[in-house]
Order: sequence, then C-alpha cells, then structure tokens
Amino acid sequence: MREFEYRRSGDQDRSGPAHHSVVVIGAGPVGLSVAIDLAGRGIDTVLLDDDHSLSTGSRAICFAQRTLEIFDRLGCGAKMVEKGVSWSVGRVYLRDELVYSFDLLAEGGHRRPAFINLQQYYVEEYLFERARECAALEVRWSNRLIGITQRSAGVEIEIDTPEGPYRLACDYLVCADGSKSTARRLLGLEARGHTFRDRFLIADVRMKAPFPAERWFWFDPPFHPKQSALLHRQPDDVWRIDFQLGWDADPVVERAPERVIPRVRAMLGPEVEFELEWVSVYTFSCTRMERFTYDRVFFAGDAAHGVSPFGARGANGGVQDAENLAWKLAWVLKGHAGAALLLSYDTERIAATDENILNSTRSTDFITPKSPVSRTFRDATLSLARHHEFARTLVNSGRLSRPAHYVDSALNTPDETGFAGPMVPGAPCVDAPLATTAGPGWLLEHLGRGFVLLVAADPTREDLLQGALDLLGRTEPDIEVLLVRPLGAGEQGESAGVRVVEDSAGLIGSRYDLNPGTAYLIRPDQHVCARWRMLFAPAVSKAHARARALEETM
Amino acid sequence: MSSALNTRANLEKPDDFYEALIEMHRDLDVEASQLANARLILLLANHIGRHDVLLEALDLARAEVSPAKPSRASD
Repeated sequence: MREFEYRRSGDQDRSGPAHHSVVVIGAGPVGLSVAIDLAGRGIDTVLLDDDHSLSTGSRAICFAQRTLEIFDRLGCGAKMVEKGVSWSVGRVYLRDELVYSFDLLAEGGHRRPAFINLQQYYVEEYLFERARECAALEVRWSNRLIGITQRSAGVEIEIDTPEGPYRLACDYLVCADGSKSTARRLLGLEARGHTFRDRFLIADVRMKAPFPAERWFWFDPPFHPKQSALLHRQPDDVWRIDFQLGWDADPVVERAPERVIPRVRAMLGPEVEFELEWVSVYTFSCTRMERFTYDRVFFAGDAAHGVSPFGARGANGGVQDAENLAWKLAWVLKGHAGAALLLSYDTERIAATDENILNSTRSTDFITPKSPVSRTFRDATLSLARHHEFARTLVNSGRLSRPAHYVDSALNTPDETGFAGPMVPGAPCVDAPLATTAGPGWLLEHLGRGFVLLVAADPTREDLLQGALDLLGRTEPDIEVLLVRPLGAGEQGESAGVRVVEDSAGLIGSRYDLNPGTAYLIRPDQHVCARWRMLFAPAVSKAHARARALEETM
Repeated sequence: MSSALNTRANLEKPDDFYEALIEMHRDLDVEASQLANARLILLLANHIGRHDVLLEALDLARAEVSPAKPSRASD
C-alpha cells in the first residue's frame, strides 16, 4: 500500500483563509480526475484527502473505453492500458453450459480497448503521478473536511490536520469523497434509493491460472449451486471472484478465510494453488442525491450516486462526472461562459446517472429476483437461452458501462438536416485513426483542449469553405478548426491556424457520416454539441454561445 | 385511439389451441406449470416482437386482475 506524508501548507500559517479557485475533496479516481482536468485547464486547484494512502484492495477493476479516452486526455491513459488486462469478451454459463457470449468491441479502428481490468490502487497511483506534474494543482494528504459555509461570493471550508484545523476559501467546492461523503453529511443532504436484499462475497485471489482474459459469469454453477458467480482477470496474476451468497448469509462469518478458501477451491479445482489478496462481503444499493449542484458546491462519483457493480458503472460513471464538470468550472471561472453552464452539470449527469441506475437495477433484478414470479421468468429465460437465440438477449449478468449521450441537453443545437449514425448532438465523439504530417494518430488526440470545429474538406468548393473559415477565425478565435481531408488527399499540416488531417482509414467519414463540407462543433469534453451539412459561420457562433449558456434567447 | 394489439378472433383453431394449452400442463405441479407458462410467454413475446403490442397486451392482461388484499408489510 502506497502511503504519503502529511505536509504542512503555507495556507495553515495565514491569519485569514487562503483563496483557491477550486477545492476538490477526495483523492479517489473521480477527485483526482476532476483536479487534474481543472489544473490542466489552468485553474488553481487544491485536492484534499482525509487519508494518507491510496485505496486498499482492488475495489473498482473494470475501466471502460470512454474512461480510458478521458485518461488519455488527462495524460495518463497509456500507462493504464499498458498495465491493465484488455478484454472485450464475456461469457455467461448456466450450470456448466455456455448459454451466451458477447464481444463489446466487434469493430477495429479504436485506440483503446473496450475495457481494461486494473486494480483501483493502480488507477489512483497513475492519476496521482500525473497530478504531481500539474503546476496548478496541490494535493494535501491527511486533510479532513470538517466544515462548509456557503457564501454568495464563494465557499469557506474548515479542515482538520494532524497539526490542527485551518480554513480555506474557494470559488467552487467539488465533493468526490465517496459513498459515505462527509461533505454530503455536513450539508445535511442525502443520497436516496434502495438496497438489494442480497449479499455478495468479493475475493481477489493471486494464482497462476490458464483462464483467458474474459468475463465469465455463472448462474447456478455446479461449484456454487443456486447462486451466481463471476471470474475476471486483473494484472499481477490477481483474479476477481464474486460469489452470490443470498440475504441470509452472515457477512462476518463469510469473510473468514476458512469459509472463503473452500468456495474458491470448489470453483478452481483442487490442483490450483492460490492465495487470498483481498476479501469483502457487500450488499448493493442504487442511490442518488436529488441534485448534484448546490449553489457553489458540486457532488461527483459515489458521493453523488451509487450503483451495484454489475455493469462497471460506478467508477466509470464517476470519471464521466469529473470530465463533465471540469471544463464547465474552468470556462465559468475564466469568464468564457455563463454561470448557467454549471446547472447543465446537474441535468446532464443526472440523466446519465439515471441511465446507469436503470441498467444496474435491471441487472441486479435478474441476478437477484425480488419475487417468486420474477425468479420463474429468470429461470425460464435461462432455460430457453441454451437453445434459442432470442432468450440470450434477455440474459442479464450486467449491461456494461457505456458513455452517456446527453441528447436532451440544453447545450445542444438540434440538427436541421438528416444525419445517419450515432454521432448525434450530445454524443461522446467516437475515436478513429487519422494521419498528420507527424505520422499516424487518433482523432480524439485532436479534441478536448477547447471547442473544436471538425470540418470535412470540400475540394469542389474550397473557396466557399475558406471564406466561412476566415470569417469564423475573426468572430470565434477561440474555436480550433480541424480540417479532415479524405483518404489519399494528402497535404496535411497547418495553414492559417487550421489543423489539417487525413482520414487515413476512411473511418472518420463513416463514423461521423461526413459529406464534403459537413461540420461538427465539439465541446471540450469531446461531446458533439452541433453539426451542419454546410458551414455557416453565424450558425457556429450561435451554437458556440448556446453550448456555453451564453445565448440570450433560447 | 387505434389499437396495435389484435383482440379480434384470430386463432385458426380456437378449441384445438385451448385443449393443447391445457394439455401442455399435464402432469406438471404448480411450480413446473409456472415455469412452462413463463417459457411460453417469452417465446410468444419474441414472436410478436413489437414493443407497443406487447405493452398493450401487458396492460390488458393486468386490467381486470386485482392485487391481493394488503398483507402485512414484509419488507
């Protein structure tokens, strides 16, 4: 376990509270992500954690493609993928028979895999290493939040340390301090929802085993009758094993090694040698706060919402909270956006959370049926799935995390003309290979610093396009332009502030349904906010204003 | 309002079907019958496929069935 020393900050020696633009509470994956993102956007940020170490035990292990793309933008995605176990295939067994399998990444042309498995402590370590490189970010360990006072012009907080308390002032407070959030309690707020009447044993075991890097899920396996089980590989020869125990199981007794070891041995067979690395007995809840935004205080990750783990929607949803919030805070703090932009964090992420809770609740209802008739339909589905394809689509061992599409967001400009494919306003940009003068690269590497206008080159009307781009350069100097030339058109590079890339595999064209002249306006969090078949600078200005909550009349 | 679900007579052989339906449950205890019914519902639902039709059928099935008298709260 990696530990960090408490260090006294100069802020503790001042008579009045020192001021920072943003204070983030909680150095887990979500707090670290939001802090790194803010600092990378030039915002003076302090990250506080009441502990002095990274997480113990594997905890979250499945990190989705979108999360890895966010980590890429934060500057630590490659490290995660290098260490993690990449996977995309899942198999579902009924007793000892395979009834269903899925491949989450059936198509190529993505920089990142569908999922990696990586222990949460590695994710936190790599994020923390990145955080230490950020000049605008300071991380303070053993700094425990004990008081929050909201004022009209900012937030004042009180912090306890091994050397006694001190105060800080900030424009905005981001609370990513986990499911038992202190910040939530201090403000008298709650996360409401329901708890499932079931218990699960999570065991991380270390062993040399020949199983492939796939997600294996069993209903009623011979080694653990009448319940479910899951096996999943992590780095360092560590394997995640889940056993469903039922509501009547005693969590203290079941955690004991003399109970855990025989269960694991029954699964793996007598010849496999293993040691227990981490064991926990859980009950799952689906909860969320009524709102995530309370004046100048924002909640993110498990502090704001809880889901059951089937579907890997906890940490992945939380990192998406972080990226949704960071650019909005940065834009408002720099005066580039209206204060109402911050309210869109609430609407966008509550819609995303409700989708995660819905999926996670449906999975849990299938795995842990709540009534006799629900169990009958579950068993009927599983029995049909062996021989009939349709029933396999009903088998639900977890619908794995997919990034939210903010289709109902007020920041979007609705389409005026027809487009095919999934890149609707509100969708997160899908990656695709491209080529620049520097060599091959990826589309997402070119998105995310600020607003980007992706324009498909139009050789037949180059003058018209150039005219629109020139006008845009004068009226909207903050928008970066990325000109996409079709395969084989060559001539990449940079001209008059316009980056030119080649659609080297033709996949940008097909994934974004590009015609010559098509343009997409893309937010700093790589989500589409508007698109047109023909570039018209005033329409771009209007959409740009709308996406920053600057529009006067909606 | 036009209805997506066909509730006009549509069975080719109503009496034969009814007999076959009851016959399907022969020698099954209550639990096994419930499982067979659930399998049948899932098979037919997939054959129908259309979501609006299925939702209408679910509504109609439930419409004249009252919930059990309130029992002591169990959870």
